[in-house]
Amino acid sequence: MIPSEFEYCRAGSVEEALDLLAQKGPDAKILAGGHSLLPAMKLRLNSPGAVIDISGIGELSYIKEEGSHLVIGACTTHGDIAKSTLLSEKIPMIVEAAAEIGDVQVRNKGTIGGSLAHADPAADWPASLLAGEAEIVLASSSGERTVAAVDFFQGLFTTDLGENELITEIRLPIPDAYTKSTYVKFEQPASRFAIVGCAASITRSNGSCDKVRVAFTGVSSTPFRDQAVEQALEGQAPSDDNIEAAAEKAAMSVEVMGDHFASQEYRKHLAKVYARRALQAVLS
Amino acid sequence: MKEITVTVNGVEHTLEVDPRLLLVHLIRENLSLTGTHIGCDTSNCGACTILLDGKSIKSCTVFAVQVNGKNIATVEGLAADGLHPLQEGFKETHGLHCGFCTPGMLMRAVELLEKNPNPTEEEIRWGISGNLCRCTGYNNIVRAIQYAAAKMRGDELPVTDPEFV
Ligand SMILES: Cc1cc2nc3c(=O)[nH]c(=O)nc-3n(C[C@H](O)[C@H](O)[C@H](O)COP(=O)(O)OP(=O)(O)OC[C@H]3O[C@@H](n4cnc5c(N)ncnc54)[C@H](O)[C@@H]3O)c2cc1C
Repeated sequence: MIPSEFEYCRAGSVEEALDLLAQKGPDAKILAGGHSLLPAMKLRLNSPGAVIDISGIGELSYIKEEGSHLVIGACTTHGDIAKSTLLSEKIPMIVEAAAEIGDVQVRNKGTIGGSLAHADPAADWPASLLAGEAEIVLASSSGERTVAAVDFFQGLFTTDLGENELITEIRLPIPDAYTKSTYVKFEQPASRFAIVGCAASITRSNGSCDKVRVAFTGVSSTPFRDQAVEQALEGQAPSDDNIEAAAEKAAMSVEVMGDHFASQEYRKHLAKVYARRALQAVLS
Repeated sequence: MKEITVTVNGVEHTLEVDPRLLLVHLIRENLSLTGTHIGCDTSNCGACTILLDGKSIKSCTVFAVQVNGKNIATVEGLAADGLHPLQEGFKETHGLHCGFCTPGMLMRAVELLEKNPNPTEEEIRWGISGNLCRCTGYNNIVRAIQYAAAKMRGDELPVTDPEFV
């Protein structure tokens, strides 16, 4: 399958990419790992007039500690994140999510920024970024702004990203030593996209769950933090009964998707099962 | 058209390419290296796997124009000095039937063994999970990779009595 014709522009720096975005206007598309854009272009679901290739911008590929945050450059591949010892020590659910995306070849090309911009409802990243209270840095030729992940995802393939904006960085607050996290998913067996993906991050003190963050992807058209589950467990002891009761509240407040992989009813059931598994794994 | 320079199996090529040309087409049609196969054309099957700067990727999902200045390795480059241990492994353990997936399997396994010279069976199975084979049932492919791993480490070779399933 051959995409329709386009003008190819290679950006060597963030500044160049932003200039090109401003210059080429809404008919231009950013190309990062290409693992969502190329399939769409081959099917001609997307036929941009210009493609701005940011995959060679070295300054957008990094994982580092910056004060109270861990920061990840937008062009960092899923594969590099999956191998990060810094992230696996501090926020394990991020590494677990990365390692579960597609297969090695997909992870060698696909980037975190590309996945966020694409906002596939079955993408893995949103759950752990929501549970990790991540912020997303967006740049345009008129400046930079930071958006909380919870405000970034707005619907099916829809985000807060403006037409002339570039995702440059993902920022994650470093949790304290009493916080544990995990990401678990029920995957589509061929592509490994999430039918249900659940991330949980829990801070414990004095035998109770102080702060609980639980988020889902794949369940609804927009990834979401599940406050009903969180509130049911916050302030409680991490007992099996309390976990079970909290997990039972999963996906109550959203419209659950149904498709040929999993009906609405089955997905809702899976959300409860995966909430329980995530909570158990974190609290065990 | 854009001019690109790319090194393929150690040989530098300068070519004019249409930006929408896929890397797999550049390899097969412009460079006549037809060992790299096109299977699904949707980056699911892995038949088009090659190494781009040492990393295995699916060449049906990259534009040729993007590899300007980069290094590519395809299956044709493996046997530069007699059969590569992986090729020998596939031969000895019957790691292929129709052979369509084999070039992609080989290139994926090259990176796998480079990063992990002594993989467990499970690591091999996960490692090749982006490469589909419709004939072998994978068992003999796993053995082929274990054979090559042993050979590359200089260990005793596993018994090459394949199970025909
Ligand atoms: C076979 C296969 C299996 C997959 N399995 C999974 C899976 O299990 N889980 C999962 O989550 N994903 C999966 N994916 C998707 C994969 O993770 C993609 O890499 C990801 O969705 C897009 O990232 P990319 O870097 O490839 O982006 P691209 O394809 O380059 O771009 C995607 C979109 O984002 C825009 N964009 C890219 N970067 C930026 C940026 N920095 N700023 C602004 N806009 C930007 C582009 O313009 C485009 O609209 C799979 C893909 C394939 C092909």
